[in-house]
Amino acid sequence: MINIVFWFFVAMTVVAAFAVVLSKNLVYAAVSLLVTFLGVASMYVFLWADFMAGTQVMIYIGGILILILFGIMLTHKIASVRVSHANVQRGVGAIVVLALFTGLVWMINISPWINEPSIEPVQTVETIGTLLMTDYLLPFEVASVLLLGALIGAAVLARKDD
Amino acid sequence: MDSLQIYLILAAILFSLGIFAVITRRNAIAVLMGIELILNAANLNFIAFARFGGMNITGHIFALFVIVLAVAEVAVALAIIINIYQNFNSINVDEAQQLKQ
Repeated sequence: MINIVFWFFVAMTVVAAFAVVLSKNLVYAAVSLLVTFLGVASMYVFLWADFMAGTQVMIYIGGILILILFGIMLTHKIASVRVSHANVQRGVGAIVVLALFTGLVWMINISPWINEPSIEPVQTVETIGTLLMTDYLLPFEVASVLLLGALIGAAVLARKDD
Repeated sequence: MDSLQIYLILAAILFSLGIFAVITRRNAIAVLMGIELILNAANLNFIAFARFGGMNITGHIFALFVIVLAVAEVAVALAIIINIYQNFNSINVDEAQQLKQ
C-alpha cells in the first residue's frame, strides 16, 4: 500500500515538473509548479523530515508560488493578451539536458553509496530548534538580516518613481 | 522507497528539467520557475542524504537555509522583473539587453 502511494507521488512530481517546463500557458506552468512542490513535500515525508515538509508547503506553496502568480499578473495584461511565451532552441536544449541527465544517472549508479542504518525519529522539530540556537546561531541571525535586506530592497526596487 | 538512488534520480530529473527551463524559456518568470525546480532538487538531495546518512539533522538545517535564500531571491528577482517590464514593456530575457534605455 505504502509503495503504491510512494510511486504515485513520484509520478505526480515528475509529470508536474514536465508540465512546468513544457506548458505554453504561464499560469498553467505556475499551477504545475504547485503540484511539483507538493510532490517534493511528500518526498520529505517519506524521508522522515516532517518539519521540512511543513516548511516546504508553507513557504514554497504559500509564499513563493503566490509571489510568482503576482509576478505573472503584474507583467501581463491578462484581460487582453494571452499569457504565453515562446521557447527557443528546444532541440539543442533537449540534447544538452539529456546528456547532463545521463551523466548524473550514470554517476548515481556507479557510486558506492554508504547506507547507514537509522531509526525513525518521533519528530525532528526539537533537534532542529536546538541546533539552530546552538551550532547554527550565527547563520540563523545572518539569515534574518538578509531577509530584512531583501524585503527593503524588493520594496524599493518595485516602487514606481514619483 | 528505502533506497537512496530513487531519491537521487528523482532529484536529477527535477534538476535537468530546471536547467532545460533556464536555457530554453525566454520569459523571465518561467526562467525563475526553472531556478525554483533546481533549488528543490538540491533540497531533496540534502534531505535524502540526511536520511540515509544516519538521520543527520544538519542536512535539514542546510535545506532550511536554502529555502530562506530562495524566498529572498524570488522577492528581489520579481522586483527586478517588474522594473524590466516597466522599462521595456516586455519580460523577454533576450530583449532586455541594456541596463538602461
